[in-house]
Amino acid sequence: MDEENAPAWHEIVRDVLKRHQVKLVTYVPDNVLRPLIDAVHADPFFTAFSCAREEEAVGIVSGAWMGGLRGIVLMQTSGFATLPNAIASLAVPFQIPVLMMVSERGTLGEFNIGQSLVARTMRPVLQALAVEHHTMTRLDEVEFIVDRSLTQAVATQAPCVFILSPLLTGGKVFAK
Amino acid sequence: MLVAANHPVSRDQAKVLNRFDITKRIVARLKHDEAVIGGIGYTNFDLWAAGRRPQNFYMLGSMGLAVPIALGVALAQPQRKVIALEGDGSILMQLGSLATVAARKQKNLAVVIMDNGTYQITGGQLTSTELGADIVAMARGAGIAQSAWAADEGDFEELIELSLREDGPWLIGCRIDREKPAETTERDPPRIRDQFMRGLGVKA
Repeated sequence: MDEENAPAWHEIVRDVLKRHQVKLVTYVPDNVLRPLIDAVHADPFFTAFSCAREEEAVGIVSGAWMGGLRGIVLMQTSGFATLPNAIASLAVPFQIPVLMMVSERGTLGEFNIGQSLVARTMRPVLQALAVEHHTMTRLDEVEFIVDRSLTQAVATQAPCVFILSPLLTGGKVFAK
Repeated sequence: MLVAANHPVSRDQAKVLNRFDITKRIVARLKHDEAVIGGIGYTNFDLWAAGRRPQNFYMLGSMGLAVPIALGVALAQPQRKVIALEGDGSILMQLGSLATVAARKQKNLAVVIMDNGTYQITGGQLTSTELGADIVAMARGAGIAQSAWAADEGDFEELIELSLREDGPWLIGCRIDREKPAETTERDPPRIRDQFMRGLGVKA
């Protein structure tokens, strides 16, 4: 496939989620995630809606998993920073494969100092909790990472975080 | 609107009920394997003490997430009624979830708020409900029109019955006392989750 016709990252993610029967998408919006959010809203396969807080979105996906419905939480880095308690006291000890996709702010051209500071907490938290996580930087690795990690999350009953690097998405550009 | 006009309009007018007594009254009315999510603290301890139903999920941490977890179960299994049992301190942490429940118009979901006006498990510090906040009024404001305070035990049973029979979402507020819980929930998360999933028919 030539580069012009190659699917976008959000189309690849949408299709892998469908293939794995991940039907529920809860999110707190983010500009970079917008095409993925639009794509899942446009497709009747998905039940997608926004939540007031990321913790709430994790709670909903956890309950849905226990009821037999797979789901994923979409958020940005600052939203992830609100989640250590929910991951440490719900997803990890109860062995629930909560899938999370984080649009990475705070690096590679960040213009908001708050975003750049809070972003530095993300990987140390994930490492401290030993939560599987992968940073996706190139279009050609998206399918492999999401497909394989999703399979692993379900098989090992463990949460998994997909980090969308600005190298993949273009990130959010400083509007002067 | 199915909520009868004779329910008390404010928290002040509701009778203070015994937590373990009303928990047993809820459980006694569950005839169709309804799912119950017990929030952290004494609400879930008394749910544990009221009988080990495999359709009960007992949280151990993640304060405030009983309503979101219950919403998730309700989304996954629209044919099953799901009840969230939550305390006043817990729901105050996650009031936004009431707006999400209302926006979803989740028919098979009922939220029971047990309100004793304190963070009892940490030493009885007052919550803002003891200082004027009214959770039923806030739930109505969030869009859960079918929200009511239980006037007394009989009224509570009537509201539970209504919430199990008719489409929700429902929110039932009940003022409760500060009795110690009858037992303590076994703190074994993987076992709790596994039994709950089997109780819901997700695992054989």
